[in-house]
Amino acid sequence: MSELETQIAFDVTTLRKDFPILSTMVHGKPLVYLDNAATTQKPNAVLDIQNIYYREQNANIHRGVHHLSEVATFEYEKARGKVKNFINAADNKEVIFTKGTTDSINLVAQSFGKTFLSAGDEVIISAMEHHSNIVPWQMICEERNAILRIIPMNDDGELVIEEFEKLLSPKTKIVSVVFVSNSLGTINPVKQIIELAHRNGSTVLIDGAQAVAHIPVDVRALDCDFFAFSGHKIFGPTGIGVLYGKAALLDQMKPYQGGGDMIRSVTFEKTTYNDLPYKFEAGTPNIVGGIGLGAAIDYVNIIGLNAISSYEHELLEYGTEILNHVSGLRLIGTAKLKASILSFVLENAHPHDIGTILDREGIAIRTGHHCTQPVMKRFGIPATARASISFYNTKEELDALVRGIAKVSEIFG
Amino acid sequence: MSELNELYQQLILEHNKSPRNFKELEHFTNDADGYNPLCGDHYHIWVKLDGDIISDIGFKGSGCAISKSSASMMTAAVKGTTIANAKELFEKFHSVIMTKIGDDIPEEKIKELGSLGALAGVREFPARIKCASLAWHAMNAALINPKQAVSTEQ
Repeated sequence: MSELETQIAFDVTTLRKDFPILSTMVHGKPLVYLDNAATTQKPNAVLDIQNIYYREQNANIHRGVHHLSEVATFEYEKARGKVKNFINAADNKEVIFTKGTTDSINLVAQSFGKTFLSAGDEVIISAMEHHSNIVPWQMICEERNAILRIIPMNDDGELVIEEFEKLLSPKTKIVSVVFVSNSLGTINPVKQIIELAHRNGSTVLIDGAQAVAHIPVDVRALDCDFFAFSGHKIFGPTGIGVLYGKAALLDQMKPYQGGGDMIRSVTFEKTTYNDLPYKFEAGTPNIVGGIGLGAAIDYVNIIGLNAISSYEHELLEYGTEILNHVSGLRLIGTAKLKASILSFVLENAHPHDIGTILDREGIAIRTGHHCTQPVMKRFGIPATARASISFYNTKEELDALVRGIAKVSEIFG
Repeated sequence: MSELNELYQQLILEHNKSPRNFKELEHFTNDADGYNPLCGDHYHIWVKLDGDIISDIGFKGSGCAISKSSASMMTAAVKGTTIANAKELFEKFHSVIMTKIGDDIPEEKIKELGSLGALAGVREFPARIKCASLAWHAMNAALINPKQAVSTEQ
């Protein structure tokens, strides 16, 4: 698609009207929301469906014989089907609703770990993981006396695949890596990583939290064994997330939590567990969250992830260029393949001071270590300022970011 | 821009650029770590006590302009004073920066703080209050209970 065609196909002015919050003011300035990697804003379609659910359909699911319970169950399971189609899973039973990516990874670490990890086994993660893809593995490794190995990265923030190949061994039970880095924006070669791991007989989890809102994901084409993401990073509500897992693996794994809905029969002597996906969904779930996520997926599908991806790429290239022209600014994360993230440091101002000054200009960015302390350590910095874009952002907003940074320089010299 | 100017006063920027007592003490009696896990600001504070007099104090580490200037001004203010005076100053400082937005702070309360009064503007920025108090918590930890890490997350 040419640039002109992208612009015609991608009417950002109209799309922004779908998000009420984008027309609000902050400190008397129009909101420039550039913290999309932390959470995305919600379109009317998502806001409305939650309201409708609580006003007209609210009931507990799976158990009731009454009308509302059937409606609520139908809507919730319909949302599961939307997720299944969105990531191209083979079956609805491979889509487990969780609280979010963190919950999904903890589920796999605990359940896969307790089923398959023994003393001396190894788990491989990468140097650019979010704490949520580090700590759950540290916890289970400690419990099972397994060893955690780390794929290193280069100065541009790209994983060193040759080093990954050297780490793989018969002891490697599972590889868990991030698709798109939340602090650097690097798009990792996950297809290659999955192939190498599978050739080695290892299982693979992909942390897709930062990928799903920016690039199309096909779990069967990738052939990953697990895929985790959060609803709120793809314009859905908080408190809902997804764990995709291959049915054959999930069937072998022990349940994660016990309770209602995940059982077939309970006696004080013995409990038998429910089928997938319910075996991993103990208790009343976040019903409205699931339905809201379904609406978010419908919304994204209407725009199309290919169109989103190409528009965002254009924004990212524009942002990279104008930020590179700011004197004293250094971009952190300069991988060849990147999505959404512009992480940077300034010579004379600490990221928190940058964040406060930009905030007064109505510009929301994230500052700090972004829950990736090992990444900060790797680059020898305590923190970064991070602007993260979504399809509803514009070049004008990136210009406003640069003007805001100029104010920081005015104050800090 | 007025609240921002109030926050980033020349005095604060100057302490940020050239922090006082920004050094590790060779001879010290007490020390402690100050760390904010939410943002990663991290300082170490060394104190040399002669009886109940803080005869020397130094700090090192990294953080934002607010945390660094607060640490710098704090060390300048407590050096040569008694432990009791330092603690009293902390209480006064704390009560000023914790004053609710919109509530008046009596002018004499700010005057009592000397140059530290420059940090009073931080109360307009609730997310930054922890930055201003980080080094103080670390000093308190050093004075009461040497060689222990202190966290702003309790």
